[in-house]
Amino acid sequence: MKLVVVSAGLSVPSSTRLLGDRLAAAVGRDVPAEVQVVELRDLAVEIAHHLTNGFPGKRLAAAIDAVTGADGLIVVTPVFSASYSGLFKSFFDVIDKDALTGRPVLVAATGGTARHSLVLEHALRPLFAHLRAVVVPTGVYAASEDWGAEGLDGRIERAAGELAALMRGLSTARVPARGADGFEVVPFEERLAALRA
Amino acid sequence: MQFGIFSVGDVTPDPTTGRTPTERERIKAMVAIALKAEEVGLDVFATGEHHNPPFVPSSPTTMLGYVAARTEKLILSTSTTLITTNDPVKIAEDFAMLQHLADGRVDLMMGRGNTGPVYPWFGKDIREGINLAIENYALLHRLWREDVVNWEGKFRTPLQGFTSTPRPLDGVAPFVWHGSIRSPEIAEQAAYYGDGFFHNNIFWPADHTKRMVELYRSRYAHYGHGTPEQAIVGLGGQVFMRRNSQDAVREFRPYFDVAPVYGHGPSLEEFTDQTPLTVGSPQQVIEKTLSFREYAGDYQRQLFLVDHAGLPLKTVLEQLDMLGEEVVPVLREEFAKGRPAEVPQAPTHTSLLKAKEAAV
Repeated sequence: MKLVVVSAGLSVPSSTRLLGDRLAAAVGRDVPAEVQVVELRDLAVEIAHHLTNGFPGKRLAAAIDAVTGADGLIVVTPVFSASYSGLFKSFFDVIDKDALTGRPVLVAATGGTARHSLVLEHALRPLFAHLRAVVVPTGVYAASEDWGAEGLDGRIERAAGELAALMRGLSTARVPARGADGFEVVPFEERLAALRA
Repeated sequence: MQFGIFSVGDVTPDPTTGRTPTERERIKAMVAIALKAEEVGLDVFATGEHHNPPFVPSSPTTMLGYVAARTEKLILSTSTTLITTNDPVKIAEDFAMLQHLADGRVDLMMGRGNTGPVYPWFGKDIREGINLAIENYALLHRLWREDVVNWEGKFRTPLQGFTSTPRPLDGVAPFVWHGSIRSPEIAEQAAYYGDGFFHNNIFWPADHTKRMVELYRSRYAHYGHGTPEQAIVGLGGQVFMRRNSQDAVREFRPYFDVAPVYGHGPSLEEFTDQTPLTVGSPQQVIEKTLSFREYAGDYQRQLFLVDHAGLPLKTVLEQLDMLGEEVVPVLREEFAKGRPAEVPQAPTHTSLLKAKEAAV
């Protein structure tokens, strides 16, 4: 199965990426998963161009294909100004609104203090609910202090277990079938008839 | 194969001088460009249709009628006619009138338009864009083919015993292209009627155009109009030329960088790499244009965008000279090579009339 991590961390090394990697490793212990990491930092300029041009560059197109073709997604963003980062949101803004329907998603975020932890419930969960993805009950928030404290491991294991269970159970759920060219064709007579009804 | 130009009709400041042409200047410039197109041996001039600033061409048949009176061979077309917000009855009347005045040198391209506020100004709902295109065209198609029409639909007041006048010239409806960048429903519509499909091919990568054209071709065959190779395909393209390609890049860059739609975005180099835009020598334009056939198959109509982003009229006329003298003659010759005999030319009034007479 394909597991894709979307990381919106900006620094190198990044605690956002670190959290994504830990979550992916934990999921991999529960289901056999081929892991791919999409670093949005590397795609920042292409994402901006997609917003202005209407089409993705080559690397962004490959990243979108990976995300929309995944059996499970781990999405991790740093908290900026009380929400997900603008880059994180912009990436999901340029993905087709139906492309994540039914897709199991684990939401995670990092921040300087634990005071922003509800960003998972107030920002990330509604975004993926809008995209009709299936978000696992446990979101994982890691503040700076969590990297040196007890408890993060347990939350990672619980969330990863939930995502793995969904991937096993729901990975057959998919958006409507499309032709080999990627288009869904409704015969023209049906469209005409629908207007006459 | 037909070659021509299509204009958006934008009034854009020239970024190198800061000067914005008046509406009158821009309208007259569009006419001058159309006349030049005939003079240099191009086949088609198509005008856009818009109903908001910074665009001038809100009344295409007025402009095309004026151009018709001052030309002899040029085919007058649109890019596009708004099938969503225009009344199909008025389209039927206006273009039949133009057809008579221009002795049949008329076809048109249907499109939905792209600016959100225009729909409500005409009492329409943009969320119904596709359905408007489907229903309105279904009515237009009948108005040109049936002398008396009784009709009832979702979006327009019903018609009882209505005859659209004047009737199309020689009883032959103008040929219709359906233009769409990304809607498979429109490719399907074009295929269903056996009409032409036009992809603007400007802003998006070639593989996207390829998929849309392939869909249209396969559905054209599905509906029994011929083989996929016989479907009627038109493509856009965008060029800026100078004898020396470095001069072309240097002169066009300030226009590109702030152009409507793609300005303030990717670099000129990235955009020419990812889309059909060609900025360079006539030879480079020839090579790039010939490559369109690799993904679209043998096609019928190639239109170039040459007059946008505030380029001065003088520069645009120079572009047309190069197109007519150096580019299009070579393209005509090269596109003819290896073109299978069964691939038709773009339908014209003459060919459609001949086909009609042969069928009787």
